[in-house]
Amino acid sequence: MEKVAISASDLTKIYGERAALSHGNFVVPEGSICGFVGPNGSGKTTTIRMLLGLIAPSGGTATVLGESISHPEKYLPAVGAMIEGPAFYPALSGRENLKVLAELGGFPLSRVDELLAKVDLADRGGSKFKTYSLGMKQRLGIAAALLPNPKLLILDEPTNGLDPSGIQEVRGIIRDLADSGTTVFVSSHILSELEMICEYLVMLREGKVIFSGRTQELLSGQKPVIVAKPEYDVDLTNLAKKLTDSGFDISIVDGSLHIEAAQEASATINRMAFEAGITLASISVVLPTLEETFFEMTGDNK
Amino acid sequence: MIRVVIAELRKLRRPTLLLGTIATVGGLSALFTSIIFLMINSENGNSERGERVGPEELSQATGLVYGFRLVGVFLGIVALCIFASQTAQEYSLGTLRNLLVRQPSRMKILAGKFISMKIFALVMVLFAGALSILISFALAGRANVDTSAWTTSAAMELLFESTLNIFISTLCFGTFGMILGLLLRSPISAIAVGVLWNLILENILAALIKSTGKWLPGTNFSNLGEGGNPDLSYRHSIAVSLGYLIIGGAIAAVLFKRRDVAN
Repeated sequence: MEKVAISASDLTKIYGERAALSHGNFVVPEGSICGFVGPNGSGKTTTIRMLLGLIAPSGGTATVLGESISHPEKYLPAVGAMIEGPAFYPALSGRENLKVLAELGGFPLSRVDELLAKVDLADRGGSKFKTYSLGMKQRLGIAAALLPNPKLLILDEPTNGLDPSGIQEVRGIIRDLADSGTTVFVSSHILSELEMICEYLVMLREGKVIFSGRTQELLSGQKPVIVAKPEYDVDLTNLAKKLTDSGFDISIVDGSLHIEAAQEASATINRMAFEAGITLASISVVLPTLEETFFEMTGDNK
Repeated sequence: MIRVVIAELRKLRRPTLLLGTIATVGGLSALFTSIIFLMINSENGNSERGERVGPEELSQATGLVYGFRLVGVFLGIVALCIFASQTAQEYSLGTLRNLLVRQPSRMKILAGKFISMKIFALVMVLFAGALSILISFALAGRANVDTSAWTTSAAMELLFESTLNIFISTLCFGTFGMILGLLLRSPISAIAVGVLWNLILENILAALIKSTGKWLPGTNFSNLGEGGNPDLSYRHSIAVSLGYLIIGGAIAAVLFKRRDVAN
């Protein structure tokens, strides 16, 4: 049986009349990179705060690294976290801010410079936090989360404010950690990023968990689109009519036919075009991206 | 908890706060002590509320700590501001969540913060006292004050007693500020409420209803710094101050322990 780093069972948080998270059930396997996605206000940060012992659940239970969230002192020494953006003391330097947290957690101070170098802040470690750009603040937040050499790393929007190379660096850090056995639970709005790195996903909508499992399982459950482009544009409507008559659900996009059908139907479509004397310039199967799947599942396509 | 104290002291010793505080208490101490000696012959007085204190009175053992005692209540107000801002800023900056992830025991965080601020307050009081005494010796000759009684064992005993009383008073004001910081979770609100209450509202209340005076927190905290007076005994002030601080502290601690950290 797969070991789990995080397990939530009917986890619930209610504020007044509103359920920020309602009966949340999900697991994050140990050693995996698990994405945590959902529209704004869907309950991601509330869930993360409950997992870190910052807010008390209204109902249900959860375990982190095998310990109940009612005893955060048992697992937090092995957890690194960055929640809702980096929060540090503006008048202290980046280095001093990390030293405060290192002293608090009982970690060696030598780790501070090591981590500043890891997040590319070694040169600016002595500058006051208030002088940092958003990207630098974010990198300092990641360094702080890495202080305990964590078994579980929880990151809330770690790439906010980072430029493309910064995003790539964070992706590299996350992959390196996962390779060394660290479980990473990461929320992000950049779904293409998550799709690239996450083997597992937990998806929320309006305080409810609507998917928890392998990313591949989620994507393969969606209908692929077969894109067929005739050699000559004049054949487009002819082929479209033939396919519609055969019961296919089609649309014409930029001179190509988009056919919602199983991957295996591409051979049939190719044959039908051939029999009608139409040569296809190209035919390909396009799997829906995580972003498309997310919008479809959450209905958040504004 | 030692780790919390060390981490908190790192925050408190940042140059802007440490040097700013030292400059403030040093300035206050120098100002009050200098006025006593430099305006010794002024008809407008040289002490509290226009009172005149002459060379004869200052030549006694009490003369050594006269300036230091005057500055005591202001050290309390400075401590109130520091304790309140250092506590409330954890909420306003959002840094409390970092602290609690690294040290999940909220009571240890609170106790560690309190101990580190006590140490900071002690440094502040000792610096103000040392400066006041240095200035007193430096200006005594100019004011024709004989300092031979200032070096006796009685004067040393008085110095120790005054330092202890001012430290206790400063801690009471500081703890009051910390409670406000925990309750209001905003440095500006906590400082504004604390300073307004102690410097303005208590005086208005005491003027309107005289009997309330001996039961008000700020009045009693100040009285501890002065070592008590004939109208308000030291013992009474200790009891009233402890009452306020234990009840207020318990409410603030329970809220700190149970409240969700949602910012």
